[in-house]
Amino acid sequence: MLLLIIFTPIVAALLIMAGAPARRTALVASILNLALSLIALAAFDRSRQSFNFVSSFQIVPDLHLSFTVGLDGLSLIMLLLATIVTTSAVWFTDRIENYESAFYACLLFVSGGAIGAFASLDLFFFYAFHELALIPTFLLIGIWGVGNRFAAAWKITIYLAVGSFILLLGLILLYQSVPPDARTFDMRGLKSAASQIPPDAQRNIYLLLLIGFGVLVSLFPFHSWAPEAYASAPAPAAMLHAGVLKKFGLYGLLRLAIPLVPAGVQYWTSLLLLLLLGNIIYIGLVTIAQKRLDWMLGYSSVMHMGYIFLGFASANILGSTGAAILMFAHGLSIALLFAIAGELRARTGTLVLEELGGLGKVMPFAGLAFGLGAFAAIGLPGFANFAAEIMVFFGAFQNGWEMNRFHYFQIATVLALWGVVISAVYMLRAYRSAFMGSIPERWSSLADVRATLRVPVTLLVVAMLWFGFFPQSFVRIVSPAFRTYFSTSASR
Amino acid sequence: MIAAIQAPSLEVAVLVLGMLLLMIEVFSPQLEKKIFALSAIAALTVVLVATFFLTPNPPAEASTGFWSFYAADPLAIFFKRFALITTILVLIMMIDYTPILRRFVPGSAAMQVGVGEFFALPIFTCAGLMYMASAIDFVMIFVSIELVTISFYVLVSFTRKNSATLEAGVKYLVLSALSTAFLVYGITWVFGVTGTTNLRQITLALANLESDRVAALFGMVLVLVGLGFKIAAVPFQIWVPDVYQGAPTPVTAYLSVGSKAAGFVVLLRVLRPFMMFPNVERLIVIVAVLTLIYGNLAALPQNNLKRLLAYSSIAHAGYLLIGIACIDGRAVTFYLVAYLLMTLLSFAVLVVISQQAGDEIADFNGLGKRSPFLAFAMLIAMASLAGVPLTAGFFGKFLIFWAAIAHHQTTLIIVGVITVGCGFYYYLKVVRAMYWQSAPRIENIPVSGLSKLTMSALILAIIWLGVYPQAIFRALAPQRGAAMVTLVKP
Repeated sequence: MLLLIIFTPIVAALLIMAGAPARRTALVASILNLALSLIALAAFDRSRQSFNFVSSFQIVPDLHLSFTVGLDGLSLIMLLLATIVTTSAVWFTDRIENYESAFYACLLFVSGGAIGAFASLDLFFFYAFHELALIPTFLLIGIWGVGNRFAAAWKITIYLAVGSFILLLGLILLYQSVPPDARTFDMRGLKSAASQIPPDAQRNIYLLLLIGFGVLVSLFPFHSWAPEAYASAPAPAAMLHAGVLKKFGLYGLLRLAIPLVPAGVQYWTSLLLLLLLGNIIYIGLVTIAQKRLDWMLGYSSVMHMGYIFLGFASANILGSTGAAILMFAHGLSIALLFAIAGELRARTGTLVLEELGGLGKVMPFAGLAFGLGAFAAIGLPGFANFAAEIMVFFGAFQNGWEMNRFHYFQIATVLALWGVVISAVYMLRAYRSAFMGSIPERWSSLADVRATLRVPVTLLVVAMLWFGFFPQSFVRIVSPAFRTYFSTSASR
Repeated sequence: MIAAIQAPSLEVAVLVLGMLLLMIEVFSPQLEKKIFALSAIAALTVVLVATFFLTPNPPAEASTGFWSFYAADPLAIFFKRFALITTILVLIMMIDYTPILRRFVPGSAAMQVGVGEFFALPIFTCAGLMYMASAIDFVMIFVSIELVTISFYVLVSFTRKNSATLEAGVKYLVLSALSTAFLVYGITWVFGVTGTTNLRQITLALANLESDRVAALFGMVLVLVGLGFKIAAVPFQIWVPDVYQGAPTPVTAYLSVGSKAAGFVVLLRVLRPFMMFPNVERLIVIVAVLTLIYGNLAALPQNNLKRLLAYSSIAHAGYLLIGIACIDGRAVTFYLVAYLLMTLLSFAVLVVISQQAGDEIADFNGLGKRSPFLAFAMLIAMASLAGVPLTAGFFGKFLIFWAAIAHHQTTLIIVGVITVGCGFYYYLKVVRAMYWQSAPRIENIPVSGLSKLTMSALILAIIWLGVYPQAIFRALAPQRGAAMVTLVKP
């Protein structure tokens, strides 16, 4: 069944390229995929220690390279995120002027790449699936983007290409650091052999992984591709990329770094804390200074990666679970925000905050949806972001905690807490200047979001609220995955 | 009995085929020339099939006489197939190229003069490439390289009414002759030191060598100069951009794939005895770094696709040299196969486009609208050249960097990562032209059935090898270890 989920979007994309009706095929495929992943959620066996739905095919026996897929709690919720956002992004696509079928094919390739990467248990395909999205992203931004789209497309493509190449070197080094008889690309096999990786090798591997994955997730000094790309990308592409594909890097770190190279994680903790504070504080302040809604959203998505990194850096069950859930929650909320922003741009032709205003009067639905997305991004209670951020902060604060003095983890946590205030400032300001206040004359007759486009927005809102009110349903799925990680690293 | 084909009879068959074609050309000049190409393709396909039914060659150690300078090990057989496939694909491209040929060859518009030779010469080149794959003796190496080079002299300057082609022909002739001189001079030095031209005996002689290491190294460096010219390694790459741009496009494709691959096979064999000297590895690392940097940086500003592909061929020589420096024959072989597929695919598209407009990148503007199929083929070729996963080009780079990490070649890795980033820029420039820019004209571009079939096959092969590379490993399997991989550094 997992194979079906992985290959549905890819097959649909190929069908579209071969001439199938683009929008209908894409929509059917993504809804089918959403249904399948919900079935997977229902059929998921939490008590199982290892992965569910495993299937494996030998590819290169000499290198122990095989096509192996499977799901644990962590990959399951990422899969769910991918299918929800894909469905809403495909549905939310407006009329496409040129190369219509190519647009849907590209969207489906991005989605299929993300799903494949989340489901792969084999390092090679884990990597390769993610890269499947590279060229489609280049085309999506270059052909259908707006504004300074050429520069943005180059930037994101070359950044991600180099970043993932560094990541590839890290993965190869990881493979070669294991004693020869235990070498395999299978993550499960590597996990059992991980204790034999010498600590200094772990440091090098982790540094390569951190930089490689860091570029993909827009970790602080490698972030500059993200806002520009998201500002120029067509709304569905921004939804998919910021919501789903970017999470690949964090997913990879959670999946590989903690169980396989724990000594490396420990060694570079202070560096990572410094960088993630750069994400939260520095980029947070940059976000406040933005004058355009799309750029503000792009920067805010960079900033929120900092919290997820904090959860990852805390290297305990609480923090990691928080990070995983925050990935999910942030994916939904940022997709919602980009969707509404794209709609505003299509209608008004501008996203400069000063020129907008009072749109809540004529577009109450869009205003409500944007408001909910903004509240979620800030992390108000009632949204999954809140539960996740709490877990991240508690997890990080616990680390190295002593009664009588503040360790650097505590300092980092306290500083990161200010990030919540920062995001409240820019989100609420953006909301006010776009939807509140007096409305300019030229926009007083704008219509609200079309009924057909309301469906995907509602889907995102419902998902957000559902997991906001019942975050426990998620924690129960995710945390067992991490329990096995930390038990293996603790037993050494 | 079909199972009794001896390996050397393959080359003989190819040579006879070439001569037959020339004879037929002489005696029936009115024959439609396309038939020549098609029959050549058919005959080469038969030879290709025959390579799968060879009798096992005599054991390597006991070989004497003819077998002391001709090897039929799996590496040789593999590259014989490689040469045959390349030639077949180039001949298919040449059929598409005939209209341009008629424009630039004197008198051929009406009479078809010269077109027959255009189809016959690649067959001789093919025989030369096949001999190169088998050569294990310096004399044999030299003779087969000359067979290849001399037929290329004619091919490169074939469209002689075009001044750019003439320039390319002269440059290729002069520099190639110079590099040959270096090669011969190097061979004499090695012969002087070891007293033999057979590579296997040179290995033994060098192992027991006490005094004349410097002389042997000097000879090796000169040989390296000669071969460096063939594979377009820096600093012997000066001829590449002009010759690639000026030569007829199918010939350029042939040069960049066939000639280069054969050069690398010879390099693998020739370097083997010398790798026991530590300086040799260092030297190759330096050449690889220079080649990577020069090829990739110089490709960045190019606006002419043929020139871009020329620099890209230098860049790929750099990646291949990483594999050579790590003595990983499997990585080099796989990379060459991937390189064959993606380069020939891009040249096949280029041949079609250049008839319509030209070979500037701007001539590809809006190709996504005008011919979605050609644009998609080019997209796959460029993605594979840049090294996007699930294409053959990626797996090639994967194996190369794999070897580099295993051998702790940190410099090569760092330079390699930077140049991979450059590669994405200049290859995607073509993609940008095809999809982002609007088309100056909107009429569709006709593609002949045969080339459409060829391109589809190449696309499928690129993706298939990117997902399932085992096919190539298996073809190399019997001697993997024997000839190349287990070659340990002393």
